[in-house]
Amino acid sequence: MYNGKYIIPGIVIFVGLFTFPFWSNLLTPKYERPQLAMPADQKECIEPAEYMRAEHMHILDVWRDQALREGKRAYVASNGKVWDISLQNTCMKCHANKADFCDKCHNSNSVSPYCWDCHVAPRGNQ
Amino acid sequence: MSKLPTPDKLIATIPAFPMEGWMDTKPDFKPGTWCYPAKVENMRALGMPNPHEWSADQEDWNLPENWEEIIYEGLKERLAKHRSLKVFMDICVRCGACADKCHFFIGTGDPKNMPVLRAELLRSVYRRDFTTAGKLLGKLAGARKLDKDVIKEWFYYFYQCTECRRCSLFCPYGIDTAEITAIARELLHELGLGIHWIMEPVFNCNRTGNHLGIQPHAFKEIVEFLCEDIETVTGIKINPPFNEKGHEIVFITPSGDVFADPGIYTFMGYLMLFHEIGLDYTLSTYASEGGNFGSFTTFDMAKKLNAKMYAEAERLGSKWILGGECGHMWRVVHQYMDTFNGPTPPKMETPKSPITGTVFKNAASTKMVHIAEFTADLIKHNKLRLDPSRNDHLTVTFHDSCNPARGMGLLEEPRYVLRNVCNNYVDMPENTIREQTFCCGGGSGLNTDEIMEIRMRGGLPRGNALRYVQQKHGVNTMACICAIDRATLPPLANYWAPGVTVYGTHELVANALVMRGEQKRTMDLRQEELPGMEDE
Amino acid sequence: MFISLLAVIALGCIAWLGAASGFQYLIGVVLPYAAVLVFIGGFVWRIVDWAKSPVPFRIPTTAGQQKSLDWIKPARLDSPFTTAGTVGRMLLEVLLFRSLFRNTSVEIQKGPRVVYYSAKWLWLFALLFHYCFLLIFIRHFRFFLEPVPFALTAIEFVDGIMQIGVPRMFMSDVLVVAALGFLLARRLFSEKIRYISLANDYFPLFLLLGLVGSGIWMRYFAKVDIAAVKVLTMGLVTMNPVLPEGIGAAFFIHIFLLSCLLAYFPFSKLMHMGGVFLSPTRNLPNNTRAVRHVNPWNPPKKYRTYAEYEDEFRELMEEAGLPVDKTSEEAAAAE
Repeated sequence: MYNGKYIIPGIVIFVGLFTFPFWSNLLTPKYERPQLAMPADQKECIEPAEYMRAEHMHILDVWRDQALREGKRAYVASNGKVWDISLQNTCMKCHANKADFCDKCHNSNSVSPYCWDCHVAPRGNQ
Repeated sequence: MSKLPTPDKLIATIPAFPMEGWMDTKPDFKPGTWCYPAKVENMRALGMPNPHEWSADQEDWNLPENWEEIIYEGLKERLAKHRSLKVFMDICVRCGACADKCHFFIGTGDPKNMPVLRAELLRSVYRRDFTTAGKLLGKLAGARKLDKDVIKEWFYYFYQCTECRRCSLFCPYGIDTAEITAIARELLHELGLGIHWIMEPVFNCNRTGNHLGIQPHAFKEIVEFLCEDIETVTGIKINPPFNEKGHEIVFITPSGDVFADPGIYTFMGYLMLFHEIGLDYTLSTYASEGGNFGSFTTFDMAKKLNAKMYAEAERLGSKWILGGECGHMWRVVHQYMDTFNGPTPPKMETPKSPITGTVFKNAASTKMVHIAEFTADLIKHNKLRLDPSRNDHLTVTFHDSCNPARGMGLLEEPRYVLRNVCNNYVDMPENTIREQTFCCGGGSGLNTDEIMEIRMRGGLPRGNALRYVQQKHGVNTMACICAIDRATLPPLANYWAPGVTVYGTHELVANALVMRGEQKRTMDLRQEELPGMEDE
Repeated sequence: MFISLLAVIALGCIAWLGAASGFQYLIGVVLPYAAVLVFIGGFVWRIVDWAKSPVPFRIPTTAGQQKSLDWIKPARLDSPFTTAGTVGRMLLEVLLFRSLFRNTSVEIQKGPRVVYYSAKWLWLFALLFHYCFLLIFIRHFRFFLEPVPFALTAIEFVDGIMQIGVPRMFMSDVLVVAALGFLLARRLFSEKIRYISLANDYFPLFLLLGLVGSGIWMRYFAKVDIAAVKVLTMGLVTMNPVLPEGIGAAFFIHIFLLSCLLAYFPFSKLMHMGGVFLSPTRNLPNNTRAVRHVNPWNPPKKYRTYAEYEDEFRELMEEAGLPVDKTSEEAAAAE
């Protein structure tokens, strides 16, 4: 090999950068899916859990527009039940613990919704 | 030689792209598109492999029996010797930035003259023989089988590349077609395929010391004849030393300057300059060639011819070498010489101008200085008395030779010299000068007349830029710093910008040079009347 | 072109079918490991293979004034004399695509006139593609790091600062598609580029479009369960591979195309990523006359010596009054 004094450090840097996710996690404990604090008194959300997991951000986005821009306050769920369109009074009524419900997942996956730019974050179930 | 079409017709006949893919088209060896083959005896005398009779327009090129093996082994060897080749074979992304940078593509419209495809001609064979994907996927991976038509295609297109490196300037990875062409030509030489216009000068240079085959006594006679002309013009008799030991400097310039119009005037210019400043120098008949046509055949041949420079400097006991105006000579001197044939002989020293005391630290190792650097330094230090008004009838532009521009970076020195010896200087458009300069159409040993149409096509961008300044600024003079330019630019100018005359830079220097004891100058070096000077 | 397109579509289908028919562990765990190994191993092997060939000559393409006389300003970056200048030139080349920035296009007009136009679109979109891809690559580290460092969150904040849609649209996603689209379009619609393009030029473009497309599909439309995805990716990087339930097919298509890209990379033109650092016309200083460059295979000198030359021409030289090392008498006596 020629010009090793430049090329070998180059290779080391390359390998170092591209294996970074592996070696930087050497001391990381086993990663678990964030455990969310579920409301104690309710079994069902407005829609099935699967749907909520994928689309909650979308629902909230639509609710924001409907409630604030159109003044529409009623949401008819897929099972026919009617809910009040309100983050504070509907969602947070059950999911009262932002830190243990919203944030856990969001933080772990680096999602930073701007709900709380306007809304007052609830402190918890106490 | 086939008849040359008119410029308008030539442009009108630039064809559209063919419908078939490039692997399915073959070159048409029409007269005027290929160079004559090298003489068998020259090839043999130089120890080139497989010398044989052949001609490009014949069906059978009489390749040696094991030609495929020769190419395979030859390519393998060169991949192991040149990282450039290996990397350039692998990393091209075919972005096409190089495509319209080649003067031959612009002038011929032939897609295989796009540098990327020129390289693909070799790359396709490389893929087939040296990469797994090419072996498995074949044409799908851009690989193809080596057959005799590929060899013919190589010959056709690698002798339509002047190794000018303009494409390499624009390539995002610096892929240098000159490198690829040089190695492809090496491979062709392995099969005994060389061209006469290159091999004859190589043979001559090896034997007589210069490309033109001028023997020592004749060399001296010619130079003395030029000295008589100098006396006619200036009244000063110059006796340049030949092969003399003990002078500080050996001066080496392309032999074309001694032999052919208008190079001879440049040569006279050197002699007058050296005389005027009292330079302690000698000419050499043994190393009477600055150029190096060997560099158009193989690296080894380039080395062999170049070796004489240091050998002669050592024999004559000179401290350093001053080199004349030449393009590819300076590519070799600047980027190869020291590697080929260094370290320099022990008695040589870092060049120092005896007139100004300037030390050329940039040549500390190779110990060879370009005359434009040398003269620019003289002018800067006010060591020359110049009367630029003698060149007032000339409106001058400057043609950057490819090699000093892109293989050395000699851009300002000649311009500084020209601006000091001429009052009317203009540059051609910026996309055609300095590092973006266009080839004269005849570099890398293609300055032969049998391919005049190809040369004129390749010369289109340069010729057109010249015509532009001719029409816009009344340019009637194109200065250059290259012996091949001095041979190729006059027909190019006649064809594309009639009325422009080609001058070596040091011819213009000498015209303006006020020499001690000279008679009233009424003529320039060409012994033409100097307007405004005749009746004073 | 079509072959490349079909190949990428086929790869996508394989992943989709595989995910649907119980090969999720293979696609989600085994192949990514294999692909990373092939990528890193292959990349290093290619570099070492190149490095095994020496650089016999110092042949920078000089793109500016050399350093010669003190009073002439040299182009320190385009024609570097020093190591620092050369490093600068390489940085400009690698980070800003300096050479591509010079690009022009030429046209022969009536007259005839050869006209040059500045042509920076390729430069712009190439740069855009590479930086967007880098940004997207870095953004993905949120799946490989726990906790996610602030820097990554900050990058995502900036990238999504337009706050369009939910999940927030990343500008880099849009731009990378636009850039890839441009690079593909010029291959399809520019006569010159179409003529030189090979299947292995289209394939990476389609593969990247597939990769980026599946990613966009997964984020904005299919909305896979990213909490589960992170469990999988963290499993990969902590060497405890697990396959959580309930990850959508879009993810498996995405990671399969990524595995293909990684495995394809070292054996393709994509190696320009490493090769650009090894290009002798760019990574060497223009100082060959000042500092001797050594060729490790420099063959021995073989040339016609002065003595041989004089032997042939001695009499002619003497007659012409040229000095000789050995007179005819001396030469005759020596024989």
